[in-house]
Parts: sequence; structure tokens; C-alpha cells
Amino acid sequence: MDLTFSPEHEKFRAEARTWLNEHVPPDPLPSFDTEQGFEAHRRWEREMYEDRWSVVSWPTQYGGRDLGIFEWLVFEEEYYRARAPKRVSQNGIFLLAPTMLEYGTDAQKRRFLPPMAAGDEIWCQGWSEPDAGSDLAGIRSRAARSEAGDTWILNGQKTWASRGAFAEWCFGIFRTDPDAERHRGLTYFLIAMDSPGVTVRPIPQLDGETGFAEIFFDNVEVPENQVLGEVGGGWSVAMATAGSERGLSLRSPARYTEVADRLVQLYASRGGPPASADAVALAHMHAEAYKLHTYWTASKVARGHAVGPEASANKIFWSETDVAIHTAALDLLGTDAELLTAGAPGEWLDGYLFSLAGPIYAGTNEIQRNVVAERLLGLPRA
Amino acid sequence: MDFSFSDDQEALRRGVRTVLDAECDVDALRAFELADEDARAELSANRWTILAELGAPALVVPASSNGLGLNDVDLVGVLEEAGYACLPEPLLETAALAAPTLAALLPEPASAAALRALVEDDAMFAVGGIDVTSQGVTSPSEVSADGMLRTPRVVGARDAEILLLACRDDESGWQLHAVPAASCTAEPTPALSATRDLSTVHWPLASDTLLAYGVAAEAAVTLLADRAAAATAAQLIGLADRMILLAATYAKERHQFGKPIGSFQAVKHLLANARVALEFARPVTYRAAWSLATAQPSLSHDASMAKTMASDAADLAARVALQVHGAIGYTWECDLHFFMKRTWALSRAWGDAATHRRLVLSHTIAAQRTAG
Repeated sequence: MDLTFSPEHEKFRAEARTWLNEHVPPDPLPSFDTEQGFEAHRRWEREMYEDRWSVVSWPTQYGGRDLGIFEWLVFEEEYYRARAPKRVSQNGIFLLAPTMLEYGTDAQKRRFLPPMAAGDEIWCQGWSEPDAGSDLAGIRSRAARSEAGDTWILNGQKTWASRGAFAEWCFGIFRTDPDAERHRGLTYFLIAMDSPGVTVRPIPQLDGETGFAEIFFDNVEVPENQVLGEVGGGWSVAMATAGSERGLSLRSPARYTEVADRLVQLYASRGGPPASADAVALAHMHAEAYKLHTYWTASKVARGHAVGPEASANKIFWSETDVAIHTAALDLLGTDAELLTAGAPGEWLDGYLFSLAGPIYAGTNEIQRNVVAERLLGLPRA
Repeated sequence: MDFSFSDDQEALRRGVRTVLDAECDVDALRAFELADEDARAELSANRWTILAELGAPALVVPASSNGLGLNDVDLVGVLEEAGYACLPEPLLETAALAAPTLAALLPEPASAAALRALVEDDAMFAVGGIDVTSQGVTSPSEVSADGMLRTPRVVGARDAEILLLACRDDESGWQLHAVPAASCTAEPTPALSATRDLSTVHWPLASDTLLAYGVAAEAAVTLLADRAAAATAAQLIGLADRMILLAATYAKERHQFGKPIGSFQAVKHLLANARVALEFARPVTYRAAWSLATAQPSLSHDASMAKTMASDAADLAARVALQVHGAIGYTWECDLHFFMKRTWALSRAWGDAATHRRLVLSHTIAAQRTAG
């Protein structure tokens, strides 16, 4: 057991820190849930890509540096420490990419990964439907082969697609065998959002910005080479993506330790009642526990073990930690907490609103608790 | 960076699990609780001999003092197993507190003698006279009318052969002593858990038992409190694991409405919450062991964090396990109570979660100020 980073890791950290110090925009970019902000964030992705910082853990041929999981964690620590912009390409680079690297053909990887890394093509996720949220296997959007048999025709409706209002591409699951039972007969598609028949209706979120969208598919034609994995095998491909979403990839611990550090500073500067001291201490501990748990899991991954249903425990913990951190901050801010003033307190309020989505997206925490009970504790399904 | 145990460390843990499965199963716990005082002492002595043959008490004693020369990372899995088994004997006090404290205070003659007794005579130790508060360590030891010191709530004092006892007064500060049982009187205090034999100890202040005084004693006592927090956290992790296992097993067997109760979401979510708390308290506890083994500057923070999260996880596991068992869990016949009672005691021993939360916050703020 050694909980220190090696000199090579520290050298890499210094290199990342230097680059970020020189390049991170001094003022925060406008929200990427606005058209102007989306493009500003895309330019930032391009700037990182040009110096090979956008996807450090990917193979070099697709724009990465071929680095291991610990270097990725170090990079993330520096990224959040530098308060660099949010990743507008996150659905692609953190969720779709690991799945594509595992299930994609060489041609798909060559076609899709480099523009994803460069921010030239930004992806949204087309999973939930109006009647299929927690019950994801109940999706009804369907895909059928065209009469000529060389393309697929997609019909249906997806919703809650983050980045859906402005994204160029969408990864989605569709029912390709209407007679198959629930988890079978699903297929994972890669769909250009400018395909004829795609209609996007942005949905304003509770803060008024268009963070997600509904997507309607009306006889949308998709070529055969845009199926990811096997036809009918979409559920297991989707579960690989969900594992990334709940597990290691989407929410690196630095995201929480950095905010928790600022929370402790807020408490040290403003003070607060004893209940706030407890809440601040717990928020700090849970952020750090998440970091340690990630190192623990990454050590297993580095030795060739797979991440299993622990990803569900992970998702419950990071999402609730995020809510706890921001709730504690708003409690410290007291009557200032409702102010939209740029910087503090406004950024705490933004963070709070975003944190409240955490226990809902990536599979509600109630569903994750079922997974923990059934797959980690062996309790019977209902 | 490699946050994992070595093959040897895993093998050691499995070895201890095997021995405790045989020597400290629930039948043994039941027999222990029903036994009278003399019979209990004999059961403990027999089990301790087996643990000593494994080398468990002297695990972290340096090889130069004839110990195994291992460290806190090797020990943490053993302590977790002791928690899992609800082991009544003073493995924590002897292996995790007395052994490293005495080794650090060599070549002081009183330390050398006590350490020899630990390694060569398989002596059991008790540790007392230190309270952990949110302001730091204090001593509950007081001078009685007869000039003897009186230290309340010492665990395992009646079975111990040597007692590590601390006292403090405003003039001369801290003192830490290794007192032979023969010079102490232990006055038992009834307590809920049969695995926790509590006494008030009366002991004479003598120069030949002195291990350290003043600044050195204060440093030793502070480190001892960190060790105790980290080691108790390890036992609590083991207890939480065991209670969740008992409750999950029961939830699969017990049927109501024609189904196993574990198929109902209300029951699943209770157990999932306990499992998640355990999942994240675990690496925190292992980190504290590593910080001890490598004398990290963040040790006090890390030990307090482990004690907070392990106490919270074990308290939640106890609460949930009882609820899942329903009325049967409320009986002496059901095995659960052994583990719950020990949890309720250990979650508050050496500073409860609330105390350590405050300590974590002060350490964190201080570290931020240092870092600027």
C-alpha cells in the first residue's frame, strides 16, 4: 500500500498545472446551456485538444496521451484546482468513448473519436423516453431495417437529453425486435442530429436555461455502420455506458474535493452555528472519502479487475455528497443564498441546483439502491 | 499509488478469519456471556493463547524486540476481523495500542520490561486514563483521598497483566505509566456488552512504572488516542460488515406476504444505505492505518475521519439490522445483539462521531491555513 503519487505522476501533475495556469480563461465562460456559452466551451475543448489535454487517457491515435487511470485522476485534480471550464463534451468523452473503445469497430473509432476529442462533434444521450425513465428497458422508440436492408429507419421520442439542444450527434438505444422481451431486442445507435426527420425541442430547466431537450425521430435513416455493438445487444452496451456514468469516468473525485475545500474556506471566513460546523465537516469527509474510494477502485482496475455493481454505490455517494456540500454552503450563506450575484454566492446557488439533478440522472438513487441490495447483498428481485 | 493490500496481508487476514470462525463463533460468544467470572477468564486466556501463537498481539513489535516487525497496514485487517467476530479479548489494547507505544518509548526500562511481557509472556494489556474531546485529549484520572489514582472505565482491567494508565495535572502535565496488575485494584462497573469488561482502576503513582512525562508523555498520549481512533474504526468496520451480513441473510430467509422480506424495496433500501456507508468508510479506515504506518503529518485528521465514518457506518448498520430482523432481533436468542452491543460501545469509545467530526474540521481548517 502506497498512497503517494510517484515522481513521474508528480512531474505530469506539474506539466498539467503549468498548461492550465497558462490557458484557463481568467473569467468564467457563459453557461454551456446557452447557444453562445456552448460555442465558447467548444472553443475551449479545441484549445485543449490542440495541446493534447482534452482526453489524456485515450490512445494517442485518437488524440489522447495513452495515460493510465492514475494520471487521469491527477489531471482531473489539476483541472478542478485550476477552476477550468465545465466539459461541454462530457457525454461523449466520458460516457460514449469508453463504450466505443470497448465495443466499437476500428472504423467507428477512427471516424468518431478524434472529432469528439476536439470538440468538433459534441454528443448528447438519447436514452430516457416519456414512459421509460427508471424503467429503461421499457423504451418504445424503435428501429427497423429499410426495405433495401442496408440502413435503419428510426421512429420515436427521446427526452431529457443533456446538451441535446445544441449537440451534433446523439447516442441512443432503440427497440429493433418488437417481439423480444424488454432487455433483449435493443440496439445502440449513433445518430447525426442533422439527419432528416430529427426534431429537437429544447426544454427550459428550472433555472430557465435549456440544459436538456426532447428529440423526435420521424423516419430517420441511419446507416448500418452507425450501430455500436451487436444488433439486439444494445442493453449490455448501454450498461457499459451506465457503468461509466455511475462509476469512475463521469464524476472524478476532484470535482467534489475542490468544492469541499472552498466550503471549508467559506466556513472558516464566515463562521456558522454548530449544526453548520457538523455539515461542513461531513461534506469535507464525504468528498475525501469519495476520493479515497476512487483510488481504491482505481488500484483494482490497474490490476485488471472490472468495476461491477459497486458503481451503483458510487453513484449514490457522489450525488448525495454533492447535494450535502452545496446545502451546507447555502446554509452558511443564509439570506444571501438566494442571490444570483456572479461569483459567490451565485456560483453556490448554481452548484446547488445542479447537484439536485445528481440523485435523478444516471439512474435514480432509488434504482441504484435496488442494484446495491440485489447485486452486492444478494437480495431477491421483487 | 497503490491502494491495496499485499498478498501476505490478505493471507494474514484470512488466517485470522479462519481461527476466529473456529474459536469465536456465536456459540462461543453465547457461552462466554453465560459463564461466571472465573470461567470467562479461562475462556479468554485459552483464546488469547491461540491468538498469541498466530503472533497477533506482537504484530507491530519491531523484530529487534522479538516481534513480527510488521506495521499498522498489516494490523488493520486483523483488527477488522476481530470486530467481525466480536472478539472479547484486548487485541486492540495490546496489539494496536500498547505494543507500538511501548516500542516507541524504548529503551526506557519500564517500557522494555512491559514489551518483553507482551512478546514473551503473552501478557494482555488494558489502556486507560485518556478521554478524547473536541478540544483534544484530557484525562479522567483523579487523585483519591488515599493518595491512589482513580481511573474510570478501563476496559479489560481485570484480565490484564499490565495496565497502560495516563494521568494529567495542570502543574506537571501528562504522565504515562505501565502498571503491573498486582499493584492495581479493579472495581468492576456493570456494562451492557459482555465483551466489554469495564472497571474503575485504583493505582499507585510510582517512579518505576513511569514510561514518559511532560511533553514526551503528551506526545505519546496524543498519538495513542489517534491509534485508538484508527484501530477502533477498523473494529467497527468489521462489526458493520457482520451485522449487514446477518440482516441480509435473514431478509432472504424470512417470508411475509408469501415472499422473502428482502424482495421488498423498503427493506432493500435500508440495507443498501448501510452497505453504502460501509463501502465508503472502509478505504477511509485503511488510509488511517497507512497514515499511522508512515507517520503522515495528516495522521490526526485521518484517524478522526476514520473514527467518524466508521462509527456512523456501524451505528447505521446496527439500527438497520435490528429493524430488518424485527421482533426476533430484539431477543437474546438472536445472534445480532452481541454485535450491536459492542458497536454501541465502540462507536462512542475513544471519541464519538460528533467529537471526531469537530476534530476533523479543526485539523482541516488548520491545514488550509498552513497551505495558505
